[in-house]
Amino acid sequence: MNTTSVTAVESTYRLHGQLSSWRLGVLVVALVVAMPVLTVFGFFLQPATDAWQHLVRTGLRDYAINSLLLMLGVGAGTLLLGVSTAWVSATCEFPGRRVFEWALLLPMAIPAYIIAYTYTGMLDFAGPVQVALRELFGWGYGDYWFPNVRSLPGAVVMLSLVLYPYVYLLARAAFLEQSVCVLEVSRTLGATPMRTFLRVALPMARPAIVAGLLLALMETLADYGTVQYFGVSTFTTGIFRTWFGLGDAVAAAQLSALLMTVVFVLILLERWTRRQARYHETGTRMRSLPRHRLEGWRMAVGLAVCFMPLAFGFLLPAGQLLAWVVRTAGQMLDADFLRITGNSLVLAGSAALVTLLVGLFMAYGKRLHGDRLVQGAVRVAGMGYAIPGTVIAIGVMIPFAWLDNTVDAWMRARFNYSTGLLLSGTLVALLFAYMVRFLAVALQTAEAGLGKIRPSMDEAARALGHGPLDVLKKVHVPMLRGSLVTAMLLVFVDVLKELPATLVLRPFNFNTLAVRTYELASDERLADAASASLAIVLVGIIPVILLSRSLSHTRRRYE
Amino acid sequence: MNDRFDYPSARALCGLLLILLALGAPLRAAELNVYSARKEALIKPLLDKYSAASGVTVNLVTGKGDALLTRLQTEGRNSPADVLITTDAGRLYRAHEAGVLQKIASPALDAAIPAHLRSEQGDWYGLSVRARAIVYARDRVQPGDLSSYEDLADPKWKRRICIRSSSNIYNQSLVASMLAAHGGEKTDAWLRGLVANFARPPVGGDRDQVLAAAAGQCDVVIVNTYYLAAMLNDKSAQREAAEKLKVFWPNQNGQGAHVNISGIGLTTAARHRDNAVRLIEYLASTEAQTWYAEVNHEYPIRSNIPVSKTLAAMGKFKADTLNLHQLGQHNAEAVKLMDRAGWK
Repeated sequence: MNTTSVTAVESTYRLHGQLSSWRLGVLVVALVVAMPVLTVFGFFLQPATDAWQHLVRTGLRDYAINSLLLMLGVGAGTLLLGVSTAWVSATCEFPGRRVFEWALLLPMAIPAYIIAYTYTGMLDFAGPVQVALRELFGWGYGDYWFPNVRSLPGAVVMLSLVLYPYVYLLARAAFLEQSVCVLEVSRTLGATPMRTFLRVALPMARPAIVAGLLLALMETLADYGTVQYFGVSTFTTGIFRTWFGLGDAVAAAQLSALLMTVVFVLILLERWTRRQARYHETGTRMRSLPRHRLEGWRMAVGLAVCFMPLAFGFLLPAGQLLAWVVRTAGQMLDADFLRITGNSLVLAGSAALVTLLVGLFMAYGKRLHGDRLVQGAVRVAGMGYAIPGTVIAIGVMIPFAWLDNTVDAWMRARFNYSTGLLLSGTLVALLFAYMVRFLAVALQTAEAGLGKIRPSMDEAARALGHGPLDVLKKVHVPMLRGSLVTAMLLVFVDVLKELPATLVLRPFNFNTLAVRTYELASDERLADAASASLAIVLVGIIPVILLSRSLSHTRRRYE
Repeated sequence: MNDRFDYPSARALCGLLLILLALGAPLRAAELNVYSARKEALIKPLLDKYSAASGVTVNLVTGKGDALLTRLQTEGRNSPADVLITTDAGRLYRAHEAGVLQKIASPALDAAIPAHLRSEQGDWYGLSVRARAIVYARDRVQPGDLSSYEDLADPKWKRRICIRSSSNIYNQSLVASMLAAHGGEKTDAWLRGLVANFARPPVGGDRDQVLAAAAGQCDVVIVNTYYLAAMLNDKSAQREAAEKLKVFWPNQNGQGAHVNISGIGLTTAARHRDNAVRLIEYLASTEAQTWYAEVNHEYPIRSNIPVSKTLAAMGKFKADTLNLHQLGQHNAEAVKLMDRAGWK
């Protein structure tokens, strides 16, 4: 049934003769966005260096195993935390529910490397907790067992704590938008609430949950700060080691290409398991889900489920940061600090806007033309999310510098005038890198939103004589408002936290909060870095609160 | 109608683009562009002083050494950078090999900076010296038991040594200096012995090693002395931890303690060559050298400059006089040997 309607839509488009222009646009944009990724893949064509022999003999096994374990662990952790909190806060009623709804997003404002620093500061052998334990019981080294924060399990916990909001956010929205009818049918057929959750609600929310999970996993693969600080060898640390330590850029780029292949396979696998299933609903919601009131021990469990991620993912680390800030604020807060905060805000805001527009353009192009070429192009364009920021930065730097130098050489030869570097080392290059790195966030969110809009909507609008752009503006964008705001805010927070690409590509005399944090923290001045860290967290909270407002807005519309 | 372009916003975008371009490529005369792997807090105060004294506007980008070097390479002859500042000799050697540095030709610098702390071709100079020493727990180690880096491979140190990851450039340089001194085979055996003596898999930075030793997790650590010095001048619990430890200068009867430099090179693309050379000469001046010593507890590049009180208390030592470009030459091999020895 779906296939026939899609064909009908396509034939309408052909009548208007716009099929190819939008398609061409998507392909061109995809090519430009994929340029950094393709640049890295281009290194595959170069002959393998002897660094490979060395890698295969020594580190490669570790990199692969650790990266895999890290992904499995973070996958399980974010699913557990994200889905449980989403379900409880979307369908149950208990004291404090309204606060938890938005507060559960707060850990997203904390960069993974910062949560890693704070927990290490607190729980390490020389940290206050273990020192207190030793003083209390008179223990010495080796007398007792204490979990080591700086380990693979430690990294799994840290990353899960700050990445679960991706799953929570998308899963919750999916639960809230589910048709009451379907859930009630399940209940009237005699299913328990648990069974309804497992057999109906969860499968229906799957695209959203998987979209959130993919984001979390890609972010995990790209993480450098946490694993490097914890001494866990993953693909990312391997790339840096090969490049900087062995001085072999080719082998390092080939490692990155290998990493990207893994991501690609992951995405294909997910598509394949979903195959032909469609997830848009035929009914319209008439009213919101009736909330299940929790009482007694059930309330305690519900509260615990929501409070734990919030406490460990936000309250505790933010509290530690605050304690450090109190000690060091006098030296660290100056006029420069304000300027840096302004830089971060402007940069994150403009990157979010650009990324959203491109993401929407491509997601919609994919909806219009589901052919393989377009689908593949959109996939490739979204791969930047799993690639370490430094690698993206190099992938941006090489083509930009090539373009600049080519233009310059031509101008010199032709007009005896040097144009110098037009784009390299400017904010344009930096914004482009952000877009490449975070396009997946906007794409995933926009696609998940578009997937829920029935094609008959498009058909109706098209039958009334509107072109694709008009349909997008008048039909989809208003319906997608929630998803688009979500996408934009997610990108905003991500850019705010982004470090490696910013560090490499930024213009002269241009600092951001993340750069300031890194410079102090990597000099092992954690307490001094706390002011900038906390500022990232605080600025990151603003969009998180906006996000939660738009969430409750969405809900109220349905109520 | 459908595909109509939104002209006002397109114009605004173009305008924004032009402004960004203008911001990105300033072309005033009295200025100087610096790529620095030294953190902003550890270089900007000096650049500001130079600016104030000379009237030259100094523009700064900081970042990781290799990334800055890559940027310099891809930008080619149009690179805006006049100088490249790094925190180790290996990166300067790499920049030299990549052909992005040019001869500085300053007799003043040649006279001020010892030959082994600058490049043979005169395209980079060391600006401050960093020593990587052995530091031990006062209550558990007799200084008489310590002698050299080589000795730390002895089984008597089993599960007593803490050191950071082999991904760290200072460790790579240390091993590179061993390679230069002893060759591959001996260094390989030494590394295997050393790794077998680790008290824990390497985690954290140099300060973390000091904290671990103070807390009793290990007895001996290898760290750069300015980290220890900074901890000794800290107001927090870090000071307490650092005071439980003491510096031991290794290899005093042999080649001397391992040192590295932070240094500076003049780029091939430099458009403000004269200003750049004047900046380098300023950074080697007594005023700047005293600042390095006082603020970051690094050793001055010249021996006639006083060191900070904390450093003075650590005592004088004999430093390895290995020509530092050898650290760069042996870096890749050092990393391979460390990988094979299982140093994470």
